[in-house]
Amino acid sequence: MANSYYDPADLRKFGKITEWSEELGTKFFDYYGKVFEEGALSAREKSLIALAVSHVVKCPYCIDAYTKDGLQKGITKEEMMEAVHAGAAIESGATLVHGVQMMNKYNKLSM
Amino acid sequence: MQKSLKARDNELAATNRQLEILEGGLFAEGELPYFKDKINKIGHFPLRPKKLEILQINVGYMCNQVCEHCHVDAGPDRKEIMTRDTMKQCLEVIKNTGAHTLDLTGGAPEMNPDFRWFVEEAAKAGIKDFIVRSNLTIIRANKKYYDLPDFFKKHNVHVISSMPHYTRGKTDKQRGDGVFDKSIKALQELNARGYGMPGSDLRLDLVYNPSGAYLPGDQMAMEKDFKKALDQDFGIQFHNLFAITNLPIARFLDYLIASENYEDYMYALVEAYNPAAVANVMCTNTISISWDGWLYDCDFNQMLDLKVASKVKHIKDYNEDVLNDRNIIISQHCYGCTAGAGSSCQGTVA
Repeated sequence: MANSYYDPADLRKFGKITEWSEELGTKFFDYYGKVFEEGALSAREKSLIALAVSHVVKCPYCIDAYTKDGLQKGITKEEMMEAVHAGAAIESGATLVHGVQMMNKYNKLSM
Repeated sequence: MQKSLKARDNELAATNRQLEILEGGLFAEGELPYFKDKINKIGHFPLRPKKLEILQINVGYMCNQVCEHCHVDAGPDRKEIMTRDTMKQCLEVIKNTGAHTLDLTGGAPEMNPDFRWFVEEAAKAGIKDFIVRSNLTIIRANKKYYDLPDFFKKHNVHVISSMPHYTRGKTDKQRGDGVFDKSIKALQELNARGYGMPGSDLRLDLVYNPSGAYLPGDQMAMEKDFKKALDQDFGIQFHNLFAITNLPIARFLDYLIASENYEDYMYALVEAYNPAAVANVMCTNTISISWDGWLYDCDFNQMLDLKVASKVKHIKDYNEDVLNDRNIIISQHCYGCTAGAGSSCQGTVA
C-alpha cells in the first residue's frame, strides 16, 4: 500500500476499475469518451471546462490529466489559468451568494 | 545559444547509450512491452517494406538553430555535411528510383554549400513531389538566403516548415528567442510568392511538434486552430499541418531524462499504441540517406546509426530491389510512430 492517499501512478490504473464491475465501468468509460468528442462544443472547449472543474472538485488526477490534455490540444497557459479562475470565481461566488441568505436571516431576526 | 549533445560531450551523443536506455529500464523490467512483441501480436513482425515511395536525403546536420527537441542533434557546431560527390551518387539514384517523392532534410539543408546545385540537378529528374524541409528562420538568417523563396518557386519545390505553435512564447521556448518573429516573416515572404495560398500549386505545409513531454493532439483540430490564428494575427496562409510526435531519441531523450519525464512519456507512447498505424509507418515506404551516403529505414534510425539490415547499406551500392527485401530495424522509439493517429514526416498515418 502507498503511504499517501494520492499516487500519480494510480491515474494510469484508472481503467482497472472495470475489472471489479465490468458493466458499470464499461458504460462509464464509453460515456466519458463520448462526452469529450467534438460536438456542439469543440474538444478544445471541453478540455478547458474539464480543467476548471478539476480544480473546483480538487481532483489532482484530473488536474494532471487535463493540463496534459490542454497541452496536447495546443491550449496556452494563459487560457488554462483563465479557465481555473472561471472555476474559482464560481466556487467563491457559490460561497458568497449564501451571504444573501445570511442577510435575509439577519434582517428577519433583527428589529 | 545552446550546443549540440555532441559538442557538449553528453553521453547521449553516443547512439549505443541511447539504445541501451531504449532497450532497458521499463522494458527490460517487464513493466512495458517491447515494440517487437506488440507488433508480433498483429502479425507485423518482422516489419517489412512495402513499395518505395519516398527517398529522404539528409544533406547535413548543420543548422542555424539548436531546438530543444531536435532528434538530429543539429546545430551550428555540427560539421557533418554531404559532399558534392555523394550528391552525385544520390542523383544517379534519383534518376532511376521508383519513388514519387524526394524529401531533402537536415539540419538546415540550405546551409549545405552545394544545396542549390543539388536542387537544380535533382529537379531535372522530374520527381512528382520534391520536398525541402526548411526551418523558416534560415530564410531570414543572412542576406545570402533572402532569395530562397524565389529559388524554391523557380524549381517548384514543396516547402515543409517547422512551426511549433502560433504563439510567440511557445515557439521561442522550443526553438530559441526570436524564432517566432523570423518564422512569421519567412512565411509572409513565401505567401507573397504564392506559397501556401488557397488553390496554389506551390505547396507550403507546416509541421507541429509538441513543445514538451506530451503527445500531439488531433491533427485536424490543430490545423484549424493554426489556420485561424495565423490568418487572424498575421494574414498567413498555408496548406496542411502535420502533427508529428517527438520520438525519445537525441536531444528530446536528454530533455525527457533531465526533466524526469522519461518514464511517463514511454507509458504515454505505449498506452497510445494504435495497431492500425503499424501498417503505414513511414519506414515501410521510405529510404533515408545520410550525409555520408549510408542507408537507413528512417531518419530516426539514421540518428541512432541503425543502418539498414540489407546487403546494400551504402548509396554507392544502391539497388532498390535488394533494399526492398529487408527486415526493418525497430526499437522502442518506434512507439512514437504508432501512437494515436500515428506519426510520420508526412503527419498522421492511421
